[in-house]
Amino acid sequence: MKKLLLLTAFCLLLASCAPQATAPSPIEMEVVVTPAGQTVQPLSAGEPVPLTVMTHDSFAISESVLAAFEQSNNIKVTFLASGDTGAALNKAILSKDAPLADVLYGVDNTFLSRALDAGIFEPYESPALVNVPAEFRLDAEKRAIPVDYGDVCINYDKAFFAKNELAVPQTLGDLILPEYNGMLVVENPATSSPGLAFLLATIAHFGEPGYLDFWRSLRANGLVVVNDWNTAYYTNFSASSGRGSQTMVVSYATSPAAEVIFADVQLEQSPTASIVGPDTCFRQIEFVGILAGTRQRAAAERFVDFMLSLSFQEDVPLQMFVLPVDPLAILPDSFYQFNEYPTEPAALAPDVIAANRERWIQEWTDAVLR
Amino acid sequence: MKFRILPAVLFLAVFFFLPLARILTLTLTLNLSVLTAENLQRAFSVLRFTFYQAFLSTILTFLLGLPSAILFARFDFRGKSLLRALTAVPFMLPTVVVAAGFNALLGPRGLFSFLFPLYSFQFTNTLTAILLAHIFYNTTIVIRIVGNALTHLDPRLEQAARTLGADSKHVWWNVTLPLLRAPLLAAGLLVFLFDFTSFGVILLLGGPQFSTLEVEIYIQAMHLLNLPMAALLSLIQLLCTLAFSALYSRVVTRSLVPTTPKPSSSRLPKTIRERILVFGMFFLLFMFFVLPLVSLPIRSLTRLEADLGQRGEIQYGLTTDYYTELFINRRGSVFYVPPIEAARNSLGYAAATVALSLALGFPAASALVHPNRLTKLLDPLIMLPLGASAVTLGLGYIITFNEPLTSAHWILLTSPLIVPLAHTIIALPFVIRTLQPALASIPERLRHAAAALGASPFRVWQTVDWPILSRAVLAASTFAFTVSLGEFGAATLLARPDYPTLPVAIARFLSQPGGLNYGQAMAMSTILMAVTLVGILLIEKMRLPGTGEF
Repeated sequence: MKKLLLLTAFCLLLASCAPQATAPSPIEMEVVVTPAGQTVQPLSAGEPVPLTVMTHDSFAISESVLAAFEQSNNIKVTFLASGDTGAALNKAILSKDAPLADVLYGVDNTFLSRALDAGIFEPYESPALVNVPAEFRLDAEKRAIPVDYGDVCINYDKAFFAKNELAVPQTLGDLILPEYNGMLVVENPATSSPGLAFLLATIAHFGEPGYLDFWRSLRANGLVVVNDWNTAYYTNFSASSGRGSQTMVVSYATSPAAEVIFADVQLEQSPTASIVGPDTCFRQIEFVGILAGTRQRAAAERFVDFMLSLSFQEDVPLQMFVLPVDPLAILPDSFYQFNEYPTEPAALAPDVIAANRERWIQEWTDAVLR
Repeated sequence: MKFRILPAVLFLAVFFFLPLARILTLTLTLNLSVLTAENLQRAFSVLRFTFYQAFLSTILTFLLGLPSAILFARFDFRGKSLLRALTAVPFMLPTVVVAAGFNALLGPRGLFSFLFPLYSFQFTNTLTAILLAHIFYNTTIVIRIVGNALTHLDPRLEQAARTLGADSKHVWWNVTLPLLRAPLLAAGLLVFLFDFTSFGVILLLGGPQFSTLEVEIYIQAMHLLNLPMAALLSLIQLLCTLAFSALYSRVVTRSLVPTTPKPSSSRLPKTIRERILVFGMFFLLFMFFVLPLVSLPIRSLTRLEADLGQRGEIQYGLTTDYYTELFINRRGSVFYVPPIEAARNSLGYAAATVALSLALGFPAASALVHPNRLTKLLDPLIMLPLGASAVTLGLGYIITFNEPLTSAHWILLTSPLIVPLAHTIIALPFVIRTLQPALASIPERLRHAAAALGASPFRVWQTVDWPILSRAVLAASTFAFTVSLGEFGAATLLARPDYPTLPVAIARFLSQPGGLNYGQAMAMSTILMAVTLVGILLIEKMRLPGTGEF
């Protein structure tokens, strides 16, 4: 484990020193640099400025990366873990008259319109946004600023398919073939964020009302539905530590690398892989925003810039198992070695999702569960 | 006397009714268009299932709980206190962990299917799973409340009945059961309410086909952001709870019988029939409680070796890696918490909850014993926190306590104080309902006699009240302790400051893939189990002066 990390770190160093690498070396990354090239000045000379950042429970960051930010800016950050994405957003909306925090991180594209309509964010034209590709910048008014993304994909049990000489499904349509009977476990879109993402992928691919026919066929083909990712992955999925009976699970494109990094015995390859054909995955983008009414606007701006800086962007993969939006950020080796990424993920506009979310979930429930 | 209920009422008013009222009025006035025929019909079908499963679960829980209560109250046997403590452990285990335990036993690759490969059956996503888990969680309530009352029942009443020619069946139906009516009703109400508001069990073991009011509230509020619908469902749930507890209050005040209490009357089983009963119950409880619990520590020490991605036969090996790994902050994460610190935070919150809920609950329970118009009115309200949706209450906290209370930046909502406060909301009904029957069973004439003989008020309390109460206080403390350790209800939905507890740490491990994460979650759960077990044993072992002398 330790060796693997050292190796990863070494590869990182090598990769970043190589001539073709466009990113600065890790040493330079320690210092936050403004676009103008000047070193950041601390916000104030005396007591550190307090900054409260509300996040969902999956947020994580390295101690060293945070400490460097706090030191160079003279800011003291407090994180408020506020439940899952929906819970955190609800709390931000309900407390918007007297905001609990200065910054909210973790609203994703499936909730984005609700957050924007509720008016919880102040616009901020971060200079670091220039590095972020247009496909991630969903809010033209720059209230919600993209930080990272992750693809919800089907993971499969490599050993099972190899042993039984069974072809891995390539498209969503393949999943209803009789040879995959009883092999897929998905999460309930009413209670799970990856579950909703996968439902959205099928809607983007089959359209309405075709997606319901697809789900009815899936149901006839022995589909298993559980309420949360935990149960799906650890209880039902055959290639996880829980060793269940389903050989395919709705999870993330980064899960195979996590299986290797968090393996209990050192693994040469991941026991799982993702199906990444066109439209089989749905891309979740996570945003940060400055909460309207903050009394720490300057510090909040610094924090948003920091989330887009290379030091944070390159910390994201191993802490949260999502991908940085900055294409210049270098991923850990394991993310290239064990993960596959979709080139054509399914996509739906946030306002379309917001307008139809409840109806789609209800229709899905009636078709699949009742 | 009657004003002793005020601190508890005041506490509930500020930390329960105020936030609840604010969130319900805010969201219901937002939008009344939720009251469509379709929505109401949906709410009705959810309500029907909620009742159905709660009713079934309660009956089944009593089927196991009542004989167990008799076992613990009447008989002495080896390993009694350990077994008793073990039956309380499930009460605080996070549902994720209980689900993992049941799965290790009954799941597709569990112990059962390993031993009996021909009898394969589906466990998760069935009504059976929901019912079993409810029994597993709540039997301890019956054991503690009914068993505690049974222990102190005056055996002379039964002996007298026997002398008058009644057989044991008659004695049980005509003497013992009527005397136990108050504790039976109290336990029944608590079990029913817990099943009625069940959330994690339905979500994780029942699966998507089943939905209770609490689950539906969570879905509406957190995933559909439909707060008005969530508020409507919360209101229905609250009204049902109020109806149950009002009914309970009416029945129970009429059935309290003060009796001269006796110290514990348990003894070794004598006849063959008693021995068979004791052994049979012991075996049953052992199988039911110990096996799912033991599967966790076993899994936390076992590595399942996959053949490096080419999974053939699974090989088992012993390892302590998961425990040593707990002490290493491998990824240098800000949110890493060493197990000792998580245990310390959990214990700190639990101790504060026990102290606070006893301090508020004791005076309240003693006021409720002598009902007057005021307490009669307030009595049913005490139980309401058990029927309030944690999701709704959590959101209520957000809008109520997010403004600075003092001129400084101090906000209650983001201070660690909020956690034991929220835990006490849930623990208080337990504490009051456990103390109340015990307090009521103290005959006034004993106190008068002691006072007439010249005992000071404190001496009266020490020699008359305390010996009778001590067991009930211990039971109440155990409830408060486990409620807090298990992170029930609203606390998980607050904006948590930086003092992660054991359940929080477990949830973090289980949120990412990988064998090491899973193993560490099992190891952390084992630590949580051990901490609870030791805590309960310590509370029960506390021999406060006066306990054994009566």
